Amino acid sequence: MAHVATLILLMPLVGFALVMLLGAFMDEKQVGYLATGVVAVSFVLSVLTFILLLHHSSREVTVNLFTWISVGTLHVPAALLVDPLSITMCLFVTGISALIHLYSIGYMHAERDYKKFFLYLNLFVFSMLLLVLANNLVLTFVGWEGVGLCSYWLVSFYFERDSAASAGKKAFVYNRVGDVGMLIAMFLLFSRLHTLTYLSIFAKAGTLTPTVATLVVLTLLLGATGKSAQIPLFNWLPDAMEGPTPVSALIHAATMVTAGVYLLCRMSPVLALSVPGRTTIAIVGGVTAFVAATIACSQKDIKKVLAFSTISQIGYMVLAVGVGAYSAAIFLMISHAFFKALLFLGSGSVIHSLNGEQDLRKMGGLAKFLPLTFPTFLIGWLTISGVPPFAAFWSKGDVLANVFEYSKLLWLLGVLTALLTAYYMSRLFVLTFRGTERFREVTEGHDPHESPWVMTAPLVVLAALSVVGGLLDLPWVHRDSLAGFLNPTFGFIPVIGHASGLAQTGLAVVDVAVAVLGILAAFSIWRAGAEQPRYESSFLENVWHWDDFYDATIGRPLTMASQFGDDVVEPNIIDGAVEGIARSVGRSADGLRKVQSGFVRQYALATALGLAVIVVYLVARAG
Amino acid sequence: MNVPAAWYLVLAALLFGVGAYGLLTKRSALIIFMCVELMLNAANLTFVTFARTLSDVGGQATVFFVMVVAAAEVTVGLGIVVAVFRRRSSTSVDELSEMKG
Repeated sequence: MAHVATLILLMPLVGFALVMLLGAFMDEKQVGYLATGVVAVSFVLSVLTFILLLHHSSREVTVNLFTWISVGTLHVPAALLVDPLSITMCLFVTGISALIHLYSIGYMHAERDYKKFFLYLNLFVFSMLLLVLANNLVLTFVGWEGVGLCSYWLVSFYFERDSAASAGKKAFVYNRVGDVGMLIAMFLLFSRLHTLTYLSIFAKAGTLTPTVATLVVLTLLLGATGKSAQIPLFNWLPDAMEGPTPVSALIHAATMVTAGVYLLCRMSPVLALSVPGRTTIAIVGGVTAFVAATIACSQKDIKKVLAFSTISQIGYMVLAVGVGAYSAAIFLMISHAFFKALLFLGSGSVIHSLNGEQDLRKMGGLAKFLPLTFPTFLIGWLTISGVPPFAAFWSKGDVLANVFEYSKLLWLLGVLTALLTAYYMSRLFVLTFRGTERFREVTEGHDPHESPWVMTAPLVVLAALSVVGGLLDLPWVHRDSLAGFLNPTFGFIPVIGHASGLAQTGLAVVDVAVAVLGILAAFSIWRAGAEQPRYESSFLENVWHWDDFYDATIGRPLTMASQFGDDVVEPNIIDGAVEGIARSVGRSADGLRKVQSGFVRQYALATALGLAVIVVYLVARAG
Repeated sequence: MNVPAAWYLVLAALLFGVGAYGLLTKRSALIIFMCVELMLNAANLTFVTFARTLSDVGGQATVFFVMVVAAAEVTVGLGIVVAVFRRRSSTSVDELSEMKG
């Protein structure tokens, strides 16, 4: 199994290397299919590893590759940890990645940097797999930074556009803030436990004092909020939509942004030690879910709506982690990967058919022009809205049932978010596919065309997965399904009294009710037309003025400080010091040059007098 | 006849004094050279005196070195003086002040 697991990781790297070295000799098609092929092989190997793991005596297999760092008491191996959590992540990361690679062949067709795109995409998959397979925090951090770097490259893929270039920068800087949190968590753990390998951390975690445990959990949370776009570091994700749509689907919806949730789940034995830490996580998740959902209700760009929706859904996952429902978080993560990738790719297909138009006000009535995109998007929409029997009904229901046991207030917030989710997604759906045709101006009178099969095939597969995704973890078979498979990994599951069957049914009824309510509300409002400022408050459209707040509290003071430095410190203090030294040397040299008079006898006299002084001094000292 | 060491030392001091005086007062480069030689040989005399008094051959060895270096220095120095004299028809060091600060 060790070799197979290593190959999962190496396949995308091989693809990266091949495209890098031989890309110049290959045409577009070959590069695209090669890059897709290696990821598909990775997926097959993941399935194989999964089957091997199921029949393995121990569900935790460490694969030692080599010793990476060995300094003093710090020993960091380059080693993989194959366990239910990591292999579950591998399965859906490689599976979704393969589909999106395939889709990209069509979407990126005839783009200028076609080969570079696949180069980045393969490197991204490698980094993501490194992140989930690593058996210690340092190696995870390598993957963590790797996906951040690829995200930066891909967000600013169209770097000639100023907005894309600065969006990439913004994503990178926000992520760096989170990274500092993760680094501090690592320092804390190492200073207390002298190890960074997951299994040893978990074995020794009991020796952490409550204060240190809380600090570690909070700093980990900071890291997670950066990567997973949670409050207070969520602002970068909507801007990241500047990247090509497959990137938004793969990195900024399905895989990379779930890395923070993965990290928190992975560190669950440490989370178990800190009640305040977990409460904070739950609140951050719940509030993010709600805030992002409100913002999504008023966005006019189809991808921005989906971006805020992603933030909101990840908020659910973080909320689930906070209440200790780790398997529910992973369940939602997987089903979210299915339906959000579907929605993003569907929106990409829509954008493709409208020559790059992303404004919802210039869409409408597309249903009959896109015979495959429309039904698959319909499924995606019903899924995210929480309509049974689609995947999100089960996964979101699982999360909400767990939250209900933990705190009624957070549950209420979650249900409100679900209502908003159904509302904004229905709004998006209505504005895109129903109503009047408002796109004629964009397409110059032509009918929009459906995308090629490489783009629609992934849509069909993802739609099918969104329909049946719930089967992974139906509530009445928890023990034998995903939850039963994953739970041993999490070790300690906070005991929260499981709701009775009746209560669970009641909660499910509430979920369905809010979904239907949201859908009906959206239909009754948005069928009338695309311009309804009454329902799009500028407060929401401007993201609660969150960016303005950061600009006022951090951006502008820093700009002012820099300006002050440029105007005052630089010319007066720094230049003043340098030039002052130069001037004083010059002046003293001016004085000293008079000593060199050109009279040899004067020099000789000076020498003689100097000698006399030395002699007198020596004699005086000897005496 | 055994001359006391002190006499040699007094002679050396006198020679050195004469040399130093000449060095500080004369303008002609040639005379200054001769004064330098006087001072060098005064120093040599002290070396030899102490070498004999202390029965240490090191002092005498040093004198040979000084004489060799002085000879070399005079060769170069006189070359320069001749070159200067050819250009200026004078060896007065007071006039050689182009390099002053």
